[in-house]
Amino acid sequence: MSHMRRADLFELAALGAAVLLPLALQAMGEEFYIGFAARLLIFALAATSLNFVVGYGGMIAFGHAAFFGGGAYVVALAMQAELFAAWLVWPLAALGTALAALAIGALSLRTRGVYFIMITLAFAQMIYYTVISLKFAGGDDGLPLPQRSTLAPLDLADDRVLYWVALALLAAGLYALKRLAASRYGRALAGLRQNEARMEALGYPVARLKLVCFVAGAAVAGLAGALLANQNGLASPTQLYWTQSGMLLVMVILGGVGQRYGGVLGAIALLGLEEALGRVTEHSHFYVGFALLAVVLWAPRGLAGLLEPGKRRQ
Amino acid sequence: MKKMLAAALLASATLPALAADAVKVGFLSTLSGPAAGLGVDIRDGFQLAMKHLNGKLGDRPAEVIVADDKQDPNTAKQTAERFLKKDKVDFMTGIVFSNILLTVAKPVFDSQTFYISANAGPSQLAGAECNPYFFNVAWQNDNVAEAMGKWATDQGMKNVIGIAPNYPGGKDALNGFKRFYKGNIADEMYTKLGQLDYAAELAQLRAAKPDAVFFFLPGGMGINFVKQFVAAGLSKDIRLITSGFSADEDTIPAVGEPMLGLFNSSHWAFDLDNAANKKFVADFEKEYKRIPSLYASQGYDAAMLMDSAVRQTKGKLDDKAALRKAFEAAKFASVRGKFKFNSNHYPVQDYFLRVVRKDEKGRITNKLMGTIFADHADAYVGQCKMPK
Amino acid sequence: MSQLILEQALNGLQFGLMLFLLAAGLTLVFGIMDMINLSHGSLYMGGAYLGAAAAQASGSFLLGVVAAMLGMAAVGVVLELLLLRRLYRRDHLAQVLATFALILISNETVRMIWGPQPLMLNPPAALAGPVELFGFSYPAYRLLIVGVGLAVAAFLYLLVGHTRAGMWVRAGASNREMAEALGVDVRLLFTGIFALGAALCAAAGVLLGPLLAVQVGMGENILILAFVVIVIGGIGSIRGALVGSLLVGMVDTLGRALLPTLLRAVATPEVAGNLGPALASIAIYVLMAGVLFFRPAGLFPARA
Repeated sequence: MSHMRRADLFELAALGAAVLLPLALQAMGEEFYIGFAARLLIFALAATSLNFVVGYGGMIAFGHAAFFGGGAYVVALAMQAELFAAWLVWPLAALGTALAALAIGALSLRTRGVYFIMITLAFAQMIYYTVISLKFAGGDDGLPLPQRSTLAPLDLADDRVLYWVALALLAAGLYALKRLAASRYGRALAGLRQNEARMEALGYPVARLKLVCFVAGAAVAGLAGALLANQNGLASPTQLYWTQSGMLLVMVILGGVGQRYGGVLGAIALLGLEEALGRVTEHSHFYVGFALLAVVLWAPRGLAGLLEPGKRRQ
Repeated sequence: MKKMLAAALLASATLPALAADAVKVGFLSTLSGPAAGLGVDIRDGFQLAMKHLNGKLGDRPAEVIVADDKQDPNTAKQTAERFLKKDKVDFMTGIVFSNILLTVAKPVFDSQTFYISANAGPSQLAGAECNPYFFNVAWQNDNVAEAMGKWATDQGMKNVIGIAPNYPGGKDALNGFKRFYKGNIADEMYTKLGQLDYAAELAQLRAAKPDAVFFFLPGGMGINFVKQFVAAGLSKDIRLITSGFSADEDTIPAVGEPMLGLFNSSHWAFDLDNAANKKFVADFEKEYKRIPSLYASQGYDAAMLMDSAVRQTKGKLDDKAALRKAFEAAKFASVRGKFKFNSNHYPVQDYFLRVVRKDEKGRITNKLMGTIFADHADAYVGQCKMPK
Repeated sequence: MSQLILEQALNGLQFGLMLFLLAAGLTLVFGIMDMINLSHGSLYMGGAYLGAAAAQASGSFLLGVVAAMLGMAAVGVVLELLLLRRLYRRDHLAQVLATFALILISNETVRMIWGPQPLMLNPPAALAGPVELFGFSYPAYRLLIVGVGLAVAAFLYLLVGHTRAGMWVRAGASNREMAEALGVDVRLLFTGIFALGAALCAAAGVLLGPLLAVQVGMGENILILAFVVIVIGGIGSIRGALVGSLLVGMVDTLGRALLPTLLRAVATPEVAGNLGPALASIAIYVLMAGVLFFRPAGLFPARA
């Protein structure tokens, strides 16, 4: 009982610190890092959405960049059509990616194991090549955003406001994940992860459950993509390429697959480490690689597993 | 012990002064990948100028922060943000490719930071989208190709096929060539930026049998194209002509003998006869053990231009209007001899004909042959409504 | 026009055979050890760099190829013994993480040793020119690549189909546990397969180096194609890898060459130049999806 309360207190403290961070950075004169912190949160949201698909749904999807980058493109393209309102365009991004995921998922979920991995990768690459061939989408160079989305009455042009909005969405996402895991749907997913054949025998609509999970993960990734476009000022094909899918997957595994904070920890650890090392050496990726190897070999349940040894998935 | 203390005190006294006083230049360029040679040359030319200037711009010490855009607009965008928001640079320079420049342009101009382009010269920024904070000390993308178009017409070439990468710089190049070439453009081939294998295009050229092929393929793209062109046996029947970018000191050592006899156009040649150029070439060869390319000359001139502007405003970089006038005046000794800006902040200059020959020392390099255009302006200046 | 197609078909054959060199090792690793190895492309890059460095130092292209193959085989063995051995029993996700980390480390290692600029690698001087072929000139060097590729295919065919070691490989691909139970020294087999795969990758890297560029990150793009090839061909099957790579090589090259020409009839040169390669790239993935739809385990599945 007290164990649960302690975890809740810790979460609240972390949230409080996160809320205060931009003000602290401002006071230190490091405004640039507010944008960087927002980027961390956005990737944390994207990684959490992938964690939902991989860790909770048990599907190793290697094409998540298509949804993450896709959301960014929806926002950039909408701006070309003079649509700036976040209240309209951001849900549109989530909806767009959800529809794409519906199509991709329906086809891909007919396959299993490594073939599922390859098919999701293939679809993401198809989207990448299609987008770079479209002139109105900026081709290889991507599509710059003329301004940030408008989120009346807030001013997203202020880096701190963008940060707080990203934080709010991430917190909402994590809370939803907590409730979802405890819900009937969540328990059905858990059963699926353990033994799909048994669930099928018990009469659960296995394919539909997985598809819902896949689509939901994609929709949240699309929303994260909308945020990314705003933070980056650019929707770029790099965000759609398979190495981005790989990086998101690496974040999830690094943080802890199926652990609620797995995506968050992985994103913050990977991007934070790169930035910190980048300030002292040109070869940050070298050391990051070794850090990742260390985690694989000695922290098989990821960083979240290290922090809470013996704790079951929530 | 006392000496060390004195030295430490002296050092600590000057360090904060350096930090407060220094002019910060953000140098963002392509330093990796097949086009790395271009960015490295611009950087080396820029650094040589800084050496000649004793590490100062005007009378203030200069801090040059070098970063690699990896030829990726996404990376460039993020690095530019870092330069503008974290390092708070006073000037930016270095970008090789026009598509990357166009991606970072807006935040740079919005933050009222001057961008001195030492290479990329997109037509967009020469015409309707010209900006008071943008200066190009090299050329407008179309110009060097325009010179080759005129020369091809004068040589009586009947059928020419143009080949360039599919990005703003490539399109500008072919537009420029077409503007002054009065013969028949049999075909225009657009390849992917960064493409290295030209087997498909070479097969099409073989089938089309033009008199000549005008190609604009900077960096590693051009190196591979020429090597594969010769390997496919096409150099027997088809003539190659190019703008100076693929016939300069980054390409020549890589390709070697097959480049002999290649005519090309350029705004600069290393055997141009003026004092600034002689000093630049001699010192560059001594410092870096290689002949400078036109890219290096542009990097050198960019630094000299910045120096003249800081000097003219007496180091008061906050007065943006005065700084802009100082840049526009361009009172510096360019390695091209004379130099002046047009109203759209692009140069008005001569364009020369060069040919790849062996020099007295037996090295394969360019020889200046003559002038194609004198005091040539770009075609877009009329569309530029520069705010006063 | 027919000459154009013939020339492009030869180019497709050349590219496909190089893909085969990568896919052969990858399919065995995946098929027998059930391991997703994302760092396979890094072996290709390492081979290209070693070969370029050796060729520059010695002046001999052949020496470069040999040095690359031996060097990367050694690297492969060390890698297998130190790290990859521990990943066989782990799940695919752990393998993804570890081999992704290897990509990061190898890219940076190469950058640290040779710098960020690409290395120059020239084909052997004797082969830098064209040969007369069916009435047109074709680059001699590309013909060499085709020759080497076919030789390797023949060698692997003999090795896997007609030797004892090959029998163990086929047994392991078909059913690892059973092969182990029947006394095959699986651990030695794994190390050997990995070394062979690394040597083949290195050869491909050095051979393609003069045509492309020896640069950091060159493995990532070709790795994806190699994965597509082995999925189409059937995981664990060398024959499948050959058929798959020829298919992919042909579709990619002919698509890249012919689609822009076809598109030029209906669109501007710019659009054709943009859309053509994109459609060719998409075509490969559509091909893979199509094959999986009709044959969910690929064309020549090795698994019993």
